[in-house]
Amino acid sequence: MKLPLSRIAHTRSGDKGDIANIGVIAWLPQYYPILLREVTPERVKAFFGEMVEGRVDRFELPSLYALNLMLHHGLGGGGTVSLRTDAQGKTLGAALLALEIEVYERELTD
Amino acid sequence: MFICVHLWFQVSFMIRIANGQGFWGDWLEAPVRLVDGGPIDYLTLDYLAEVTMSILQKQRQQDPELGYARDFPPLIGRIAHKLRDRHIKVIANAGGVNPVACARAVLKAAPGLKIAVVLGDDVLPRIDEFLAKGYEMRNIDTGEPISTIREHILSANAYIGAFPLAEALATGADVVISGRCADAALVLAPMIHRFGWGPDDYDKLAAGIVAGHIIECGAQCSGGNCQVDWQNIPDLANIGYPIVEAEPDGSFAVTKHPGTGGRIDAHGVKEQLLYEIGDPRQYMTPDCVADFTTIQLADTGPDRVRGHGVRGGPRPAMLKASISYHAGWKASGTLVYSWPDALAKARVADRITRQRLDQLGLRFDEIHTEYFGVNACHGPAAHPVADPTEVQVRIGVRGRDKRAVDRFTREMIPLVLTGPPGGTGYGEGRPEVRQIVAYWPALIPREEIQTRVEVVA
Repeated sequence: MKLPLSRIAHTRSGDKGDIANIGVIAWLPQYYPILLREVTPERVKAFFGEMVEGRVDRFELPSLYALNLMLHHGLGGGGTVSLRTDAQGKTLGAALLALEIEVYERELTD
Repeated sequence: MFICVHLWFQVSFMIRIANGQGFWGDWLEAPVRLVDGGPIDYLTLDYLAEVTMSILQKQRQQDPELGYARDFPPLIGRIAHKLRDRHIKVIANAGGVNPVACARAVLKAAPGLKIAVVLGDDVLPRIDEFLAKGYEMRNIDTGEPISTIREHILSANAYIGAFPLAEALATGADVVISGRCADAALVLAPMIHRFGWGPDDYDKLAAGIVAGHIIECGAQCSGGNCQVDWQNIPDLANIGYPIVEAEPDGSFAVTKHPGTGGRIDAHGVKEQLLYEIGDPRQYMTPDCVADFTTIQLADTGPDRVRGHGVRGGPRPAMLKASISYHAGWKASGTLVYSWPDALAKARVADRITRQRLDQLGLRFDEIHTEYFGVNACHGPAAHPVADPTEVQVRIGVRGRDKRAVDRFTREMIPLVLTGPPGGTGYGEGRPEVRQIVAYWPALIPREEIQTRVEVVA
């Protein structure tokens, strides 16, 4: 079934220059394989559309049941150069909570 | 016999390192509450954002006794007697580009304290020397050589690590003041000083860096900016800033004073661990490379998280330098339109503004428009909003020509009388033209930087 990412994870976003980084943390260890399957760089890049002009990299932190996403050229120039109100990407982690993912019933049994 | 006991005390003691400021502009009460709220051994404070140095360089150019964070001396003045009574040492990068002047100002506010300053990070006078030696100082993010912005450079500082700060602590100073340093180094330094860690203790240094990264943004690991059940985080108004209880073996606990608001748990700490990092396996610092994928975290009590198992590798051959430069001018203005047709009115206001700027022959590097209440924060990922009750339109421009940016600042308020109906929200007046000070991260060989510690009395 289709669910928003918020059902299985929470996020925190920040900036490094013109790169937005989003940490995605599974609520439970058993949700981590769902993150690996569903939160792919391609889907994240498509989700943000023209807000992210560069590539998306994904790093895995299995001992924390978490992913780190780096959205290149994702901040309109970043820092002091960007004209965006959210030049540091504070709200991008929240945005990603709406990412639609496919989850199987059996994966949700706690 | 006494020597054995003394050494045992030195290596067996857990030390409490509290971070009272995540950035310059953070909550003013936090450091005072940390000092008052329970036992701590060290109080760290971070004053330097990426482009703060350029502001401080300008101040020093105008007055040789300036160039440091001016909030810092009054803060120390406010808590000096408590620091002495409770044996708390302070470590701060408040020195900016003039740590000696900062130290003198602290002594004026708190006579009798012993201050050590760490010098050697400022490389602005050496840019041409570096270029002559063939160091291109390419922008780490874009790859461009620094020669493209040479005449616009405003400040240049190497990120120094924790060992010079530990050296300063070893003088017995009450307050250690540095210029630019790695943020987590402020927290690692007391561990090096008290536990005797050396440059080859990669795993322990990495553990100190990870602990430092967790608390370097202050309350952002203790319930602030936290998505975890945020509506039920207790008493955010009195949020407790974080304390690392560090052990000689590199393990640590993250906690806060009893009776403070906020919440510390593994999920919240994970959010901060993942904040502003790149490849987690290779978190580069002047002192080591830390592997964030090795940390084991566990909730070990109310508002208490333990971390252990951190692994790391040798320090990089190059040091990161933070260079800032003038990159043009920018300004932005806002107006608010209410229902009905709030978004349509806002769009027309934007179109009219762009058309008027174009008719004047004004050119900008970028014009950017946002619609708050619709999709300003989330862009294409935003939920569709059918009929917003109000929309704030924000138009920003940036470019090299200050006069063009200035002319733009006069274009929004007239829309109230010359554009769509019911425009409001112009009460703050004409927007300001602001200088864009941009950040240029680059690498320089570490042997070019020699730090030194001076005691200021």
